[in-house]
Amino acid sequence: MKRSKRFEELEKRPISQDAFIKEWPEAGLIAMEGPEDPKPSVKIENEKIVELDGKKRADFDMLDSFIADHTLDINTVEKVMAMDSKELAKKIVDINVSRDEVRELGLGMTPAKVVEVVGHMNVVEMMMAVQKMRARKTPSNQCHITNLKEHPALIAADAAEAAMRGFDELETTVGMVRYAPSNAISLMVGAQTGRRGALTQCAVEEAMELEMGMRGFTAYAETVSVYGTEQVFVDGDDTPWSKSFLASAYASRGLKMRYTSGTGSEAEMGFADGKSMLYLEARCLYMTKGAGVQGIQNGSISCIGIPGAVPSGIRAILAENLIAMMLDLECASGNDQTFTHSRTRRTARMLMQFLPGTDFIFSGYSGVPNYDNMFAGSTHDVDDYDDYLTLQRDLKVNGGLVPVEEEEVIKIRNKAARALQAVFKELGMPEITDEEIEAVTYAHGSKDVPDRDVREDFRGIEEMLNKGTTGVEIVKALAKHGFEDVADSVFNLLKQRIAGDYLHTSAIFDDKFHCISAVNDKNDYAGPGTGYRVSDELWAKLKDTRLARDPEEIGE
Amino acid sequence: MQLNEDAIRKIVVDVLSGMSEEGENSSSNTAVAERKGDMILKEVGPAKEGRSNDEVVIGVAPAFGDKLTKTMIDEKHSNILREIMAGIEEEGLKARVVKNYSTADVGFVGHQAAQLSGSGIGIGLQSKGTVLIHQKDLNPLANLELFPQAPLLDLKTYRQIGKNAARYAKGENPDPVPTRNDQMARPKYQAIAAVLYNKEVKYLDPQKKVVKLEVKFE
Repeated sequence: MKRSKRFEELEKRPISQDAFIKEWPEAGLIAMEGPEDPKPSVKIENEKIVELDGKKRADFDMLDSFIADHTLDINTVEKVMAMDSKELAKKIVDINVSRDEVRELGLGMTPAKVVEVVGHMNVVEMMMAVQKMRARKTPSNQCHITNLKEHPALIAADAAEAAMRGFDELETTVGMVRYAPSNAISLMVGAQTGRRGALTQCAVEEAMELEMGMRGFTAYAETVSVYGTEQVFVDGDDTPWSKSFLASAYASRGLKMRYTSGTGSEAEMGFADGKSMLYLEARCLYMTKGAGVQGIQNGSISCIGIPGAVPSGIRAILAENLIAMMLDLECASGNDQTFTHSRTRRTARMLMQFLPGTDFIFSGYSGVPNYDNMFAGSTHDVDDYDDYLTLQRDLKVNGGLVPVEEEEVIKIRNKAARALQAVFKELGMPEITDEEIEAVTYAHGSKDVPDRDVREDFRGIEEMLNKGTTGVEIVKALAKHGFEDVADSVFNLLKQRIAGDYLHTSAIFDDKFHCISAVNDKNDYAGPGTGYRVSDELWAKLKDTRLARDPEEIGE
Repeated sequence: MQLNEDAIRKIVVDVLSGMSEEGENSSSNTAVAERKGDMILKEVGPAKEGRSNDEVVIGVAPAFGDKLTKTMIDEKHSNILREIMAGIEEEGLKARVVKNYSTADVGFVGHQAAQLSGSGIGIGLQSKGTVLIHQKDLNPLANLELFPQAPLLDLKTYRQIGKNAARYAKGENPDPVPTRNDQMARPKYQAIAAVLYNKEVKYLDPQKKVVKLEVKFE
């Protein structure tokens, strides 16, 4: 065939690199409305659910049992299940039906029912519903801070900048597992330098993650994964009960935590039982609610290449965020992992959460260049800051970031690195040199900073852990070296786990350590002029981006 | 890594001190066999534990080479197996191929192959092209070398993987095969990988023992 030049040009576009596949329901490669998804049903006998979504109690798998016994409200479930799904969908979107009313309906629907209900909505209706249903009134944002060299001073500097730019939660992880405590400490010190009250976490293997929280190196956790089929749970050596136990361990130490789930994981692991991705995700969410956990990170997350490849997959991702919110769970709504080569697609996918606002629009905007992102890259990174700030300005949306001045960024990066230098010195960790501080202050990424002596770092980390180091030693080190303000911030962060206020749903702190959560900042959206609005004070900041010129200075 | 190396050395010493020609025979001579065309796999009964220390066992997942014939980048299974076997033979060792029906997980397939291998070194290979080198005494979820980004592996790399496996089997401590990393592999291949893996698990049969494969090229 003689080729069309137009088609040849189209083939060169980045989107041609993406994988798209047709639905294969038998393997669970279908986003929502799967032909084998169970029909919604429920039956109660002697105050016990004896049938759930077409299955008798004797045939329940462990997720069914958990959801039937711990999640669903047996006082309302029969009534809600008898309601027409389309009518329920209307209530969820309707600005005249309150969030509280919808929340009660959520606990009266089975997973199959809720999937049928959201199946009646298009994405605009889902966004309307998200605007009303997210738990915290004020939207927020989370970032990733990592680097290829696991350079502690670079993590501290990047954390300081990201916190100053407005991220209320910061997450790190490791390439080399033994760096985890170093990364966690660097992130915490950097974030508290950048903005008092920012929350930090380090995503690693579960036991290590918990230990770092207990030592006071982190302030919250989210990498506690749950799955929608029994087989995948078992392959991960887990059950809903073991995950609940882990969640309680965090709560017992006053640490915020949320689960992680998302569409596509069961299909990726080959055991989707022929069910749609959204139905299996709904099971995860009902399980999360039943465990008493305050929130979830979802939006496909690391499996996004799978829903992203099938029809209506990006819509299903918005639907899974919405179901989490209907269950009154904090929702860190994805937008974190690379899923496309196309700038158009990644922006369109992000707008689904950016426009209505969620508790955390990104559960990992890359606060470092994507080449340094150890979560395998995010949809947006530091090089997109001006694009993102402009979208906020264009649409008058609070996406969680504020414009910053280059000079103040340089200053705060330097201060964070110096604060960490002092901490490392007192903790007996390998030195952070002045040369390294200079490099991280002005760096774009780890290519601009010297290598660490990895073996020395490992030795230092091990000794520091063996000495029984906790957050208290970090506070002392900062105070001793003249970083009283940072010391005070870290100390306040540690104190919060005794107060326990930030165990409430969707909690973050302002710069005075006032807790802002779904309890004292409850979403009360009820149509135009209600709910969250960009304040005049914030709008003045959002308008004033780096790229905006003052007319007075043009031509004069 | 240190632990692994020590473990390997110990095995090699053990094996050298008690060499035996008994047990399962591997399918090749020390020279690299000439293999042209497409392969034909024939199941020839249950795979046995090898007793000769000069072999590496390649364990393949249930659909490899017959129900499925190409990886996620459309590379023929024939070419991949040919290169891995050649890599092993280049180092003067023999390659033995078995098929696992009880698991499609590359870690477990490789671990099982290592259990059967006289040298204690096995290779796990999935239909989608994901491959690893395993060693008998390691935890199933550990490995000597893992190549998770299969779309980035070319035939030369598969050959090097075979060579490295053979060198571990000889008690050497080779540099790991260099690999590439591409964060855009997810958007490009994650869904394709899921399709192939779902096709692979369709052929799981937990009751079936690991079978020996006779590999012919025509």
